[in-house]
Amino acid sequence: MSRIAELFARKNPVFIGFAVAGDPDGETSLRVAKTMIDAGVDLLEVAVPYADPVADGPMIERAHVRALEAGTTPDAVFALVRQVREYAPDLPIVLFTYYNIIYRRGADRFFADAAAAGADGVLIVDLPVEESDEAAPAARRHGIDRIALIAPTTSPERRRAILRDASGFVYLISLEGVTGERDRLSPDIAGLVGAVREGTALPLAVGFGISSPEHVRAVVAAGADGVIVGSALVRLVEERLGDEAGMHDALRTAIGAMLRVLVPEREPDIPGRESIEG
Amino acid sequence: MKAGRYGVYGGQYMPETLMSALIELEETYRRISADPEFSRRLDWYLREYAGRETPLTYCTNISRELGCRVYLKREDLLHGGAHKLNNTLGQALMAKFMGKRRLIAETGAGQHGVATAIAGAALGLPVDVYMGEVDTRRQALNAFRMELLGARVIPVASGTRTLKDAINAAMRDWVTNLGSTHYLLGSCVGPHPFPRIVRDFQSVIGEEARRQVLEREGRLPDTVVACVGGGSNAIGIFSPFVDDDVALVGVEAGGAGLDTPRHGASLSAGSVGVFQGALSYLLQDADGQALETHSVAAGLDHPSVGPEHAMLKDTGRVRYEAVTDAEALAAFRYLSRAEGIIPALESAHAVAYALRSAGDLDRDGILVVNLSGRGDKDVADVAQIRGGAA
Ligand SMILES: Cc1ncc(COP(=O)(O)O)c(C=O)c1O
Repeated sequence: MSRIAELFARKNPVFIGFAVAGDPDGETSLRVAKTMIDAGVDLLEVAVPYADPVADGPMIERAHVRALEAGTTPDAVFALVRQVREYAPDLPIVLFTYYNIIYRRGADRFFADAAAAGADGVLIVDLPVEESDEAAPAARRHGIDRIALIAPTTSPERRRAILRDASGFVYLISLEGVTGERDRLSPDIAGLVGAVREGTALPLAVGFGISSPEHVRAVVAAGADGVIVGSALVRLVEERLGDEAGMHDALRTAIGAMLRVLVPEREPDIPGRESIEG
Repeated sequence: MKAGRYGVYGGQYMPETLMSALIELEETYRRISADPEFSRRLDWYLREYAGRETPLTYCTNISRELGCRVYLKREDLLHGGAHKLNNTLGQALMAKFMGKRRLIAETGAGQHGVATAIAGAALGLPVDVYMGEVDTRRQALNAFRMELLGARVIPVASGTRTLKDAINAAMRDWVTNLGSTHYLLGSCVGPHPFPRIVRDFQSVIGEEARRQVLEREGRLPDTVVACVGGGSNAIGIFSPFVDDDVALVGVEAGGAGLDTPRHGASLSAGSVGVFQGALSYLLQDADGQALETHSVAAGLDHPSVGPEHAMLKDTGRVRYEAVTDAEALAAFRYLSRAEGIIPALESAHAVAYALRSAGDLDRDGILVVNLSGRGDKDVADVAQIRGGAA
């Protein structure tokens, strides 16, 4: 079983943390990843820095810029993944990337390098199912899950095509918009989760705009198998660029607060529960 | 060929959230293309409002000097001062047919922003224009023009703070406001169906030019020349000539020279990559990051180019050449004095190529240059570059 499948089989819901590789620089970025893991992140999503991140809001775009200014190349991202893999042998790692990074390297080489570094999945944010002819077989060849994205605007017909091709888990975009913190969640996450659930047995994780423990609670209540938190964590890095100890403290505190919301919602491991309820 | 593909180029490399909007756009475009009411209204706007058709001017003085027959297709005389309005009127009208209540656009030099502001004012749609912070300063006059026309100019402070970042910002706005907003993209770039829509709305340039030159000369021209930024004025004039025995030349921004990193010649010096929704030629580094570009003409200062041009380069149907800043500035001055027409610095690239290549044609040879815009917007810049000397 892959690390991703194994995680979702073992835990529900799971907490997915996002960081831009190399933000604010390579060494700090590795320490940030370790802090996130130590704080209890179940799956790490690592973004490959890209100069034109059209799906991202200003917070994550600034992280891309910091990482690029620190000289973070795709090679450096693979090196970081390798180090995280050594630190946390069982932790699922998903690379979050824009397609030209893959196209330029060559899809086969990209997925080979990702697999060699220890990544489990790749999410290509600007590669819709219609354009996946080259990436999909390359990912499969190297045993990398290609995490599919489904938006509230995705039609049922396209949803079916996307799910036919998906593996690992499915990333549900909670809202019409780019990444970034929001005061309020989109009201119909449960509807989206329910609709997608009908078409797949894969676990469903919800991301975009999830900024607080209250949001995490709402997403879990909507029936998701995982929550993805990005900008809210990236902000803690950005706000404490000159104070690394404070940065790690803030990350631990924030992740801890969100995890505490998750825990009571987790299915208790009580044998024979079915018979009690049924 | 797959839908939305030009050879291998083009496609729809976009976030999932935007796919529904692209599909809606494709369907609307198919519907309005067959709708006589749409054509009737667009024709009216182009003729009665924008001033089509534009003249095909025979240039007596230049022709005498160059020793061939030189015509200019006068998009500089279109309302707004550039070819951009052909596309903005078409797309703004299409937005109305789609029931959209708001237009957004990106702009570099400000010409497309101004043309969108004009179309929005004419058709009663509010307009927000994204413009790189660097460009709002470089092109302060156009920023003011847009505001005068009732548009809101939103400075973009991310990335390189130029055109490509303005496109990124417009896409982010679009993905957040899909129900109400049409993204009026300004060139034949981006994901399908934009390259097709923009080409079709700009093809009026070539259709007129072809008819005009046949009326005047009784035959087709030997060569048609146009500058290439994203490539919309070029594809507009080339399209109706593609199946003819006519040489087509696209002229890119050579900036400080192709042997330096300071240029915008994605076809002449770039490599294939995915950028802002399409597979095309791109100025990029070894990892696939778009490079910073340079041109004295802000409208050509962009790392990529429309996918149809990528195909036309590979098939060899169109030849792409580069002209340096210095050559373009010389042509700017030359055309002003020789014919009393001040060209946009973008269009001056096409003029410069014509000057360079006229020797290839004999006395009866016919050369058509697309004069995509007028140069008033550039006068202050050129004065500064030349230290105040005309
Ligand atoms: C007058 C003029 N010509 C040409 C261009 C380049 O655009 P395109 O290559 O799409 O025609 C611009 C862009 O701003 C322009 O203003």
